[in-house]
Amino acid sequence: METTAEKKYTFKDFQSDQEVRWCPGCDDYVILRSMQKALPEMGVKKEDVVFISGIGCSSRFPYYMNTYGMHSIHGRAPGIASGVKLANPDLSVWVVTGDGDSMAIGGNHFIHVLRRNIDLNIVMFNNEIYGLTKGQFSPTSLIGQKTKSSPYGNTQPPFTPGELALGAKARFFARIGGNVPKDITKILIEAHKFKGTSLLEVLQNCVIFNDGCYTNFTDKAVKEDKQIYLEHGKPMIFGKNRDKGLVLNGLKLEVVTIGENGITEEDLLVHNAKEKDPTMQQMLVRLDYPVATGIIRSFDDVTLEERENALTEQVKANSKFTKADDLFFAGETYEVK
Amino acid sequence: MVTDKKIKPIEVLEGVVIRFVGDSGDGMQLTGTQFSDTSAMFGNDISTFPNYPAEIRAPKGSLYGVSGFQVHIGSLEVSTPGDDLDLLVAMNPAGLKTNLYALKPGHTVIVDTDSFTKKNLEKAQYDANPLEDGSLDNFRVIEVSMTSLTKEALKDVDGLDNKSITRSKNMFALGMVYWMYHREKDHTIEFFNKKFKTKPHLIEANTKVLNAGYFFAETLELIPNSYTISPAKMDAGTYRIIGGNTATAWGLLAAAEKSGLELYLGSYPITPATDILHELVKHKHFGVKAFQAEDEIAAICSSIGASFAGDLAVTTTSGPGLALKGEALGLAMIIELPLVVVNVQRGGPSTGLPTKTEQSDLMQAMYGRNGESPVVVIAASTPANCFNYAFEAAKLAVEHMTPVVLLTDGYIANGSAPWKILSVKDMPEIKNNKVTKFSEDWHPYTRHEETLARDWAIPGTPGFEHRVGGLEKDAISGNVSYVPENHEAMTMVRAEKIKKVQNYIPELKTEFAEEGDLLVVGWGGTYGSLHSAVKQFNEEGYKNVGLAHFNYINPLPKNTEEVLRKFKKIIVCELNNGQFVNILKMNFDELDVYQHNKIQGLPFANGELIEQFKQLVK
Repeated sequence: METTAEKKYTFKDFQSDQEVRWCPGCDDYVILRSMQKALPEMGVKKEDVVFISGIGCSSRFPYYMNTYGMHSIHGRAPGIASGVKLANPDLSVWVVTGDGDSMAIGGNHFIHVLRRNIDLNIVMFNNEIYGLTKGQFSPTSLIGQKTKSSPYGNTQPPFTPGELALGAKARFFARIGGNVPKDITKILIEAHKFKGTSLLEVLQNCVIFNDGCYTNFTDKAVKEDKQIYLEHGKPMIFGKNRDKGLVLNGLKLEVVTIGENGITEEDLLVHNAKEKDPTMQQMLVRLDYPVATGIIRSFDDVTLEERENALTEQVKANSKFTKADDLFFAGETYEVK
Repeated sequence: MVTDKKIKPIEVLEGVVIRFVGDSGDGMQLTGTQFSDTSAMFGNDISTFPNYPAEIRAPKGSLYGVSGFQVHIGSLEVSTPGDDLDLLVAMNPAGLKTNLYALKPGHTVIVDTDSFTKKNLEKAQYDANPLEDGSLDNFRVIEVSMTSLTKEALKDVDGLDNKSITRSKNMFALGMVYWMYHREKDHTIEFFNKKFKTKPHLIEANTKVLNAGYFFAETLELIPNSYTISPAKMDAGTYRIIGGNTATAWGLLAAAEKSGLELYLGSYPITPATDILHELVKHKHFGVKAFQAEDEIAAICSSIGASFAGDLAVTTTSGPGLALKGEALGLAMIIELPLVVVNVQRGGPSTGLPTKTEQSDLMQAMYGRNGESPVVVIAASTPANCFNYAFEAAKLAVEHMTPVVLLTDGYIANGSAPWKILSVKDMPEIKNNKVTKFSEDWHPYTRHEETLARDWAIPGTPGFEHRVGGLEKDAISGNVSYVPENHEAMTMVRAEKIKKVQNYIPELKTEFAEEGDLLVVGWGGTYGSLHSAVKQFNEEGYKNVGLAHFNYINPLPKNTEEVLRKFKKIIVCELNNGQFVNILKMNFDELDVYQHNKIQGLPFANGELIEQFKQLVK
C-alpha cells in the first residue's frame, strides 16, 4: 500500500506547467479539476502517483498532472499500468482512457485488467464519439447516430460500458455525469480507497462532435428526475420531490411513485454495492430511465498482488535457493578435470 | 529377431551422430535427452537437436507425426548436432521413411519390428515392407521385436496397463544404445527414481525395460559393432547440460542479481519461446515477477510499465509475436526506457513453421516499427551462450536506456550443450542510470555525454515527477514538441545513442584466418554449423579461409569493415533469403559478397556449406 503524505497538498500542487489544450467548454476540464482536487484528499504522496493513458482526447490527461505519467499508445494503458503496479505496489496508479481507447482498440486489455483485479484505478471518459480523429462513431455511439464515418446513421449496436465491465468481473464500477465536479471528486476518492481495480465511467460531453448527447438526463433542470444517484445501504429513491423509486417486479426493475398504489419508502429496493452477485447491479447499469449513477458496485475481493505476494512468500520460505548461483550449481552438474 | 550376425571388437570413435525417431507419443525427446545427459556426464562434448511436429499428438503412425531427437557426441569439440547419422533408431515405419535419408551408407538402423504392421506400413505410405523388399540392403539393419520384448520384461510387474507397458519400449531402445556406446545406466535410473517418486511400480517398470534392452544387446552379442567414444578435451571446471531457452532465462536471472534490479517478465505463450516463461515463473524465490498477459501486446506493455517503475523488464516472444509488439517497442524506444525483447526465431512468414528454425526476423528486429526507430540488436550463437547474450542484452538496455532485441532461434533454443557454469560474481558489473537526489536543473531528457542515455527517474522518487509519451518530445524538458528542428535533432540523437553502443561491445574476431581468400560470414544460431564446416574445409587443405561470426548486429562492431576487407571474397550464410548480407552491403561499398541461403526450416549441413566454399576458392 501507498504510504501517507506528510505534506498537505492543494490542487495546485497537481497542476503541471503545460497549457491545457482541450476545446473550450469540454467536460474534460471538469474531470481534470476534480482529479486535482481529489488527490490532496487521498493523502497519497505526489511522487507515488502515476497516470497512464492511451490515445485520444482523454489521454492527454497525464501531461496536465504534475505527477509521474505516461501518454502511451492506443488502447494499451491497462497493460502498462499493470506493469507499473506489479513492479511497485506502493504506487497509486491511474489509467485515463476513453470509450474508443478502452472498448474498441483496447477492448481486450480492458476486460482482462478488470478480470485480474490489480489495485489500480481506471477513469473512462465516455463521450460516445471519437474526438481526436474528428468525429467518427465509437463503440458506445447509438444506432442511427450520424457521424463522419456514419453519415446515414450508425448501424453498429453500442456497448453499455457498465454491463461489459460487470461481465468482465469488475469489482468496482461507478458512473457519473461530466458536469458534477463535486460528485466526481467524491467518487475518485472512493475509487482510490477501494482495494482492487476500480472503474469510473464519466459521461462526458463532447462540445464539438457530440454536443448534448447526455443533456436529456444530465441537464440541471432534469437531472434529479432522470437520474438515480445510488448510495450503498440507501433506498433507491430519486426525483426532484424524492417521490420516485425502484422496486423489483419479477425479473425487472420498475419505477414506482411513493404515495401511489399504497407504495411507501419501505417498499423500495435498498442499494447494495458490496453484494458479490452482480445481478441487481447489472440491472441497474442497463436502466434507461432513470439512468443509474454513483457507485453501483464495490465488492471487496482479493487482489492479484495479494495472491502473487502470498505465493512468492510461500515459495521463498520453501526454497533452498537465495542466489542465482545456488540454482546454477544445483542438480546434475559434473566436473571436468 | 536380429539379422546381422557379425561381431566386432570395440571401436574407439571421435564422434558419433545418433537420431531417435518415433511417434510423437513414443517418448523420443526423453530418450534422446537421457542419452545426451548421460554422455555429457561421461565427459563427452555434446550437441543436440530435437525435431518434433507442431501437432501435440498427430495421428499415430503418420508421416507428419514423427518426432525425432538427434544428438552428436564426441571426444573432440562438437559444435553442431551433426548431419549424417551413424545410428538411426526407428520405432515405427513412418520414422524410418522420413529419416533414412540421413543415415550414412553402411551404418546402423535399429527398428522395432513389432511396429511394422500392415496398417503402419500403409500410414507410412510404404507399398512393400522395407524390411523385406531389399531397400535397406545398403544399411546394417538390426531388427528387434521391441514391443514384445518389453511386454515380456514387464509380465511380473503389477499395476501396469497395456498403454504404460507399450509406452516404455523407448527405454528398451535406450538400454540397447547405452550398451552399444558403453554408457552407464545409473543416471537414467536415478532419473526414474526422482520422476516417479510416488509411483514405485513405474520406477520398477522403466528400470526393468532399460535393463532388458541393455542386457539384450549385451548377452545375445548380436550387435554388429560396439563403439566407445572417449571423453572430450574440455576446459576444467564445473559443467551442466543446458538448453538455449533455459540459458536465456538464467542469463536474465544473473543480470537481475548483478544489477540489483528486480526481474520482470511480461510474456504470452508462443512456440518456441515459451520455455523461457516456463523457466522464469519457477523462480519466485529470487523475486522474479512473471506475468502471463492476455496477448503479446499487453505482455510488452506491462514490461514497459515495469521498466518505467524501475524493474529490469523483459518480454519474450517469437516472430509473429514480435510483429504484434512492434508499436509498443517503438514507444519504449522513444521514451528511452530499458527493455529486453527476446525473439526466439522460427520459420515465417505469418504462422509459418512454428517448430522449425529460421533466421528471417532480422529485418523485423532492425526495422519492424513505424518511423525512425533504432534499437540495439544482438544475437546468441550457441545454446550455452544464450546465457551470455541474455545477460549482455540486459546490461546494454540498462546502461544505455534503450530496448535491446536479443535474437535466438528454435535451433539453439531447443538444442542443448555442455555449459561451463558461470557464477554471477564473475559476470561484469551492470550500472544503471537511476537518480535519487533532485536538483532544480534536472530535466527528463538531459543526457549522459558518453552514452547519450537519459536518466532513469522512477515513480516514487520525490522531485522527479515528469511525463513521458509516444509524442515527439522536446530535447531537454521532454514536453510535447512539434518544432521541426527539434524532431530532426531528436531523431539524430536517438540514432547516435545506438551508434555509441559500439564503444561498449567487443571487436569482431575471425577464426581460422585473419586474412585470405575467403571469409565465411554468419550471425546468430548458425555458429556451430559454420564453425564446423570452415574447420573441416581448412583441414581438407584449403588454407586462409576465415570465419567471422556476428553476435552484435546493431550496431555492428567498430572494426567490421576492416575485418571484411582483409579477405578477397566473402560469403554470407544465413537461414533466410539474404537479410544480414543486405545490412553489410548497405553499410560497406564494393565488397565482393556472395551469399548462401537456406529456407527449409532446417540448420545448415556441413556438406552443403563446403560445396559452396569450394565454388569460391580454387
